[in-house]
Amino acid sequence: MSAAGERARSLRRAAVTLLVAAALYEATARSGLFPPALLPTLPAVARTLVATTLDGTMPLHALHTLTRVALGLALAVAAGLPLGILMGRFAAVEGFVLPLASALMPIPSLAWVPVFILWFGLGDTVSILIVFYAALFPMLLNTWSGVRAVNPLWLRAAQAMGADERKLFWKVIMPGASPFIIAGLRQALLRAFIAVIGAEMLAASDWGLGWVIFDAKEFLNTDVMLAALVVIGCIGFVLERLAFGALERATVVRWGMVRAAKE
Amino acid sequence: MTYIELRNVSLTYDTPSRRVPGVDNVSFGIAPSEFLCIVGPSGCGKSTLLNMIAGFLKPTGGEIRIGGKPVTGHGLDRGIVFQDFAQLFPWRTALGNVAFGLEMKGIAKAEREEIARRQLALVKLEAFAHSYPHHLSGGMQQRVAIARALAYNPAVLLMDEPFAALDALTRDDMQRLLAEVWRETRKTIVYVTHNVAEAVFLADRVVVMTPHPGTVQAEVPIRLTRPRDPLSVDFLEHQKELLRHLGGTAAP
Repeated sequence: MSAAGERARSLRRAAVTLLVAAALYEATARSGLFPPALLPTLPAVARTLVATTLDGTMPLHALHTLTRVALGLALAVAAGLPLGILMGRFAAVEGFVLPLASALMPIPSLAWVPVFILWFGLGDTVSILIVFYAALFPMLLNTWSGVRAVNPLWLRAAQAMGADERKLFWKVIMPGASPFIIAGLRQALLRAFIAVIGAEMLAASDWGLGWVIFDAKEFLNTDVMLAALVVIGCIGFVLERLAFGALERATVVRWGMVRAAKE
Repeated sequence: MTYIELRNVSLTYDTPSRRVPGVDNVSFGIAPSEFLCIVGPSGCGKSTLLNMIAGFLKPTGGEIRIGGKPVTGHGLDRGIVFQDFAQLFPWRTALGNVAFGLEMKGIAKAEREEIARRQLALVKLEAFAHSYPHHLSGGMQQRVAIARALAYNPAVLLMDEPFAALDALTRDDMQRLLAEVWRETRKTIVYVTHNVAEAVFLADRVVVMTPHPGTVQAEVPIRLTRPRDPLSVDFLEHQKELLRHLGGTAAP
C-alpha cells in the first residue's frame, strides 16, 4: 500500500477511536445520572470553546502558557545542552554534575512550587523557573548520552581530515548526538507542559490555561475547564506530533540514524 | 628510495600486571607510489602499526618518518579508510562525506563539490552523490570512504581491512576497483589485511607479521604482472610462500 493510503487509513482509525470516545461521553452526559453542571454535554463545551476563543480570552491564556513554556524551555536548552556536551567530553565536569543531577532529578518539579513562591512571589517567574527545572534534566541527560554515543570512528575520520576542536564540535559531535538531543527536546517539552499547567494552578494569577482550570473550579464552570483541557490537548498534539515529527523526519530519520515511527 | 620509513618501531601496552609488547622492533620502508600490504593473524599488531603511521598512536620506541619528516600526529598527507561501514557520517550524503576534508581545508563549496564529484566518479558512484549512507550497500559505503580519503589529495592512503566485512563476490569487485584507483592515482598505499589472497592480488610487496610480540617475519615482493589472475600457478605460489612465512601461527 502507498504511504498516502497508509496515512489515510491511520487517520480514519484515529477518527473512529475519537468518535466512539466522544459518543460514550455524550451518552453518559445525557443519561441524567450526573448533574449537567458537573458533566456538560459536548455541544455545551464546544459553545464555550468557540465563545472564549472568539472573545480572545482563551487564545490569550494559551499564549501566556506557551510563553512560559518557551522561556523556561529556552533556559533549559541554553543550560542543559552545553552542560550535557561538557559532561560527555570531560570526565571532571561529568563527575561534578552527575551527583547533583541524580539528587535533584527525582524531585517532582511541582514540589518546588511552594518554595519558589516564597522565594520569588506569585507570577511568571515561578512558572518559568518550574518549567526550566522540569525541562533541564531530560535535556541535560539526553545530550550527555548523545555525546557519549558519538561513534569514535567519526571523530577519528574527521580528525584525520583536518577537523579542529571547533569543527569537530559543530560538524561531528552535534549532528552525531542529534538523535539523543532531539529525543531530549521532546521529553523536555512534555515535562515542561505538565509542569507549567501545575505551576499556573498554584502560582499564576489571572492568565494561563492552568489558572483557567483552577479558577473555573471555584465557579463550577465545568464547561470552561473542559474547554481549556481540549486546548491543552490540541497544543500538545500539534507540538509533539507535527513540530517534532517534522523535525525528526527532516533530520535523523532521513539520515537513517533512527527508524521512522509508524504513522 | 623510501617515502615512509619505520625504524625500530615498538609499542608496549601497560596492563595492571605487566607491560605487554604489541609491536616489537619493526623496521621497513615503503617507496613512493608503492602498494604495500601488511599481512598477519589477529593480534600481530598490523592495525596498531597502521594507527601509528596514521598518527593516532605514538610508538613507545623507534621512529616513523614520512617524506623525511617524523610523524607526530595525524595530518592531511594521509587518508584513512577503516573496516567499519559506520565510518561514514550518516547525516551527510555521499557527496557531503567526500567533501568533508575539503571543507575542513576551507575550499569553496562549488569547487569542493566538483572535486568530490570527480572522486565519486573514480569509485563509480557518481549516480549516488546525493544518497545518504544508509541507502547504500556495504561495498558502496566503502567506496565512498575511499573517495573521501582521496578527496583532499593525500600522498598516502592507509587502509585497515577495508573489505573484510564484505561478502566474497563484492570483495573481489572492490579489489579490482582499488587496483584501478591505485593505477590512476599512484598513491602510496599501506593496506592491512589478514587475507593472503587479497595481499597477493593487490600488493607490490607484502610484509608478513607474526604475533606475541608483533614482529616482521618476512618481506615478500609480488612480481606478477597486473591485472593479476588469482587462479594462475604463479599467484598460488605466492600465496603458498606467504602462508609458509605465517607458519603455524594462525589460519590465513
